[in-house]
Amino acid sequence: MHIVVCIKQVPDSAQIRVHPVTNTIMRQGVPAIVNPYDLYALEEALRLKDQYGGRVTVLTMGPPMAEAALRKAISYGADDAVLVTDRVFAGSDTLATSYALASAISQISKDMPVDLVFTGKQTIDGDTAQVGPGVAKRLDMQLLTYVSKVRSLDTENDEIVVERRSEGGVQVLKTSTPCLITVLEGNNEMRFATMANMFRASRYPVKIWNKDEAGIEDVTKTGLKGSPTVVSKVFAPTPRAVKAEIIQCESNEPGDLSVTLLAKMFNKHPKLEKEIAKRAV
Amino acid sequence: MAEKFDVIVVGAGPSGNSAAYTLAKAGLSVLQIERGESPGSKNVQGAILYSDALERMIPDFRDDAPLERHIIEQRMWVLDDESYIGSHYRSDAFNKEPYNRYTMIRSQFDKWFSERVKAAGALVICETTVSHLLLDGERVIGVMTDRQGGEIYADAVILADGVNSLLAKKAGFHPELQPKDVALAVKEIHFMPQELIEQRFNVKGTEGVVIEMVGKITKGMMGTGFLYTNSESVTIGVGCMLSDFKKQGTTPYALLEEMKAHPAIKPLIQGGEMKEYTAHLIPEGGYNAMPPIYGEGWMIVGDAGMFVNAVHREGSNLAMTTGMHAAETLIELKNEGKAFSAANLKRYQAKLDESFVMKDMKKYKNMPDVFHSNPQFFNDYPEMLSNAARTMLTVDGVDKKSKEREIRGTFRRRRSLFGLLGDTFKLWRAFE
Ligand SMILES: Cc1cc2nc3c(=O)[nH]c(=O)nc-3n(C[C@H](O)[C@H](O)[C@H](O)COP(=O)(O)OP(=O)(O)OC[C@H]3O[C@@H](n4cnc5c(N)ncnc54)[C@H](O)[C@@H]3O)c2cc1C
Repeated sequence: MHIVVCIKQVPDSAQIRVHPVTNTIMRQGVPAIVNPYDLYALEEALRLKDQYGGRVTVLTMGPPMAEAALRKAISYGADDAVLVTDRVFAGSDTLATSYALASAISQISKDMPVDLVFTGKQTIDGDTAQVGPGVAKRLDMQLLTYVSKVRSLDTENDEIVVERRSEGGVQVLKTSTPCLITVLEGNNEMRFATMANMFRASRYPVKIWNKDEAGIEDVTKTGLKGSPTVVSKVFAPTPRAVKAEIIQCESNEPGDLSVTLLAKMFNKHPKLEKEIAKRAV
Repeated sequence: MAEKFDVIVVGAGPSGNSAAYTLAKAGLSVLQIERGESPGSKNVQGAILYSDALERMIPDFRDDAPLERHIIEQRMWVLDDESYIGSHYRSDAFNKEPYNRYTMIRSQFDKWFSERVKAAGALVICETTVSHLLLDGERVIGVMTDRQGGEIYADAVILADGVNSLLAKKAGFHPELQPKDVALAVKEIHFMPQELIEQRFNVKGTEGVVIEMVGKITKGMMGTGFLYTNSESVTIGVGCMLSDFKKQGTTPYALLEEMKAHPAIKPLIQGGEMKEYTAHLIPEGGYNAMPPIYGEGWMIVGDAGMFVNAVHREGSNLAMTTGMHAAETLIELKNEGKAFSAANLKRYQAKLDESFVMKDMKKYKNMPDVFHSNPQFFNDYPEMLSNAARTMLTVDGVDKKSKEREIRGTFRRRRSLFGLLGDTFKLWRAFE
């Protein structure tokens, strides 16, 4: 079994600031991390590998510095890593990105046929959730989105059963492989890498592919040229007008603190107090 | 099978990076382990970079190191509650390349240094904590990390794990750090546009200004404040001895808030956006508080060995120099086919004795004691100086001779002639 996990290096959005004067996003000095949803996808893939054997290849398209994200994935236990990087990819939107990734996955499957492709639910910097579905479509694979868990895999009959989160409940779905799965958080917290894998990651020669090695056939489908999306305006939302309130309290004792806080809350929402009082009996 | 290296370096601050770089460049197999997400991600410094120590290892560091501003002006301020008196030294000589001192931001600098370490051939593993040393009797034979399958072996381990080295303590190389031997420093970085910094500090291009402060900002505690200009931000901070914080019951954060509100300081940071707040310990116990720095298969470098010159606010340069000398010692021994035994590692101590490191450590060895037992240096004198200046500069019909008499009188009333003489003597002795 061969699983390809598509990951992306993103700026840690928790640490992005907006320039106070020009109102533009300042990326300088903001650390790069692996898109958190992609880590859930990778962990899910690694669990399948632990259970059913096989190989996990991580793939990213990005600038040369994205190699760090792949190395990190190797430290968690991925077997191989491919970085697709070329100037022609600069400015790619989701359409162009899915084209490049689909080409690269086709190349990867020449080495060993790919049964499953995993991606995160979405990235935290683009938030589109379009790349995974785009890749599935281009590779003509089954598509399962919002998956929180893979229940089982039947390698004999090429079938997979997953849990999909939907409004109001969880769907249990079965489909045939090869398929593409976009993953969200479940109980698939990323594991803690072993020492041996840390060594492997720091020595592993990441495969670096240019457009030809990635099997790109039509360059006009890549980069800015292949990207019909237009971002017409970027702006920082104005901060919320409501200011935090500081509540004075007699002492720092937890008991006092909670009593004061509750009194304050009930004062504002008398209905809530009644409601809780009713239920307390 | 467990991995084995010539040397394991624990920590990727300036001391660890200097050691790992020097060792790897000489062809030894080196593993460097850092607990932070990346080198520097957890590290805190003012920060002034002194070129000399780095230049000895990496002569071309200016080509690509992330430097903020070269320093052309140094201000020393003594503050009371509403004034400052002090000196400004600014010289165009500091504008001649190669520059001698720079401001820098440690998280960026450490990352840059680490790239050099990797390029020299060392294996660098981050996000991994060394939990203890592996011992064979007295001899250190490797480290244990917090990861599964965590034991790694080496012929020597260099402890570059910074102030309050838990590893050295666990191995029994030195006792618990005393609150009187460490300062607790807090600092903030305030982002502001380049043009504003240029106007406010009267600088252009990459020129920068440093302000060192003593006085009532530390409320009688032994400590100093500082303000440094970076390219697009200003760093402001204050540090005092941990024992003093304990005694006073003041928090470092409150101290910094009050300092920022001082009439001389407030206008300098006004309009900035606070970007980061950090706190860190500085080992300031000096020579008398130093632990042993080598033994069977191990050496201690940088802050872990108390190598800080608190009087001159130097730390990173001592860290780099000790890291480099520790590495050179191992390289020499390896070339001579000698073991990394305590007897042979003594050469490290000898190298430090020869260098400015030990000479400076010894020169100021009594300083901490003098300041600890004489809080008037941080409280009374600043006020007295400021009053003296104000008396002299206020034109109010009183003749200058009477003013001088009045100033002498206050000095004596506050400290007594005997006290004044005694203080001068103590300071002189400590500086000797
Ligand atoms: C507020 C402040 C201002 C300062 N200003 C200046 C200045 O202007 N100029 C100057 O020269 N010096 C200054 N110093 C001092 C200077 O920062 C230190 O002397 C210097 O950083 C010491 O370097 P080091 O490599 O020994 O330790 P550190 O820089 O502390 O590095 C130690 C490293 O070891 C890692 N580590 C620790 N334990 C483990 C473990 N068990 N396993 C793995 N990794 C571990 C840490 O994460 C860290 O990266 C200042 C210090 C402070 C706090």
